Amino acid sequence: MPELSVLMLILFVIAAAIVAIEIKDLLSSVVAFGAIGMGIAVIFLLLKAPDLAITQLVVELLCLVILIRATLGQKPLEKRSPLFLPLLLSAGAFLIVFLVSAALALKELPEFGQPLMRVSQTYIDWSLSMVRTPNVVTAIILDFRAYDTLGEATVLFTAVIGVLAVMRKVGRKKTKSDSSRDGRQN
Amino acid sequence: MSLYFLCAVLFAIGVYCILTKRNLIKIIIGVGIMEYSLNLLFILVAYRMNSRSPIIDEEWLSGALPPITDPLPQALVITSIVIGLATKALLICLAMRLYEKYGTFDITEIRRLKG
Repeated sequence: MPELSVLMLILFVIAAAIVAIEIKDLLSSVVAFGAIGMGIAVIFLLLKAPDLAITQLVVELLCLVILIRATLGQKPLEKRSPLFLPLLLSAGAFLIVFLVSAALALKELPEFGQPLMRVSQTYIDWSLSMVRTPNVVTAIILDFRAYDTLGEATVLFTAVIGVLAVMRKVGRKKTKSDSSRDGRQN
Repeated sequence: MSLYFLCAVLFAIGVYCILTKRNLIKIIIGVGIMEYSLNLLFILVAYRMNSRSPIIDEEWLSGALPPITDPLPQALVITSIVIGLATKALLICLAMRLYEKYGTFDITEIRRLKG
């Protein structure tokens, strides 16, 4: 009965999310965020998506390492914003509207356990005869939808360039004319 | 209560975190929660009852084994997970850079010190 265990795991993930955003200590918050990611990975495994579970596990570990590096030695912020109450009220009103519309919209999705599979039937029919790989997910991301993967690699490298540009310690070296111009302005 | 609605609740928790928290790290965690809830919704829609993983062979083609789950959302979500790691790494690097410059993760303080 995967439905019941998936339900319990989603409740666990929601509890971990509430802990992650409400706890004061930043390191505990990051650890609770790791619990969310691991719970999601187990749900993927139960829902018959092993490739996703592996990817999620690796990505979550990497993300956790970066987050812990960023939060080392941080103290939590003590005081709340003076505008906290109006902020809370407006956010609550927005979230109520969001949840009601989501409850109405999610009824239109196919029932849990009965997917449409209209497009993917083609991929399933052709993957063994045309791509010659038993794993249909791999066949889709590397053959049928290879341009998607190319775009993903582009986004990945753009993010790496962004990280390098942001974390670079020294900028352009100052020339003599620059420093003399600065001196005149000061 | 359906599983899809619990995904929407998880998304709402992320939105609440982004709207009301002042700590940059908390905001990044809120973005991550929203992303995870969307990935989860895709996989929940793709699941088929009493099925196996989308790995097929000649024996499966002969019809002796149970049907497989929907592989297309799984392929899309793999792309989404990896892109999520890239965007989160960029966000955290920006937050660390802001901390070096201003000495705090508080977004209201950062706004006050502008210019």
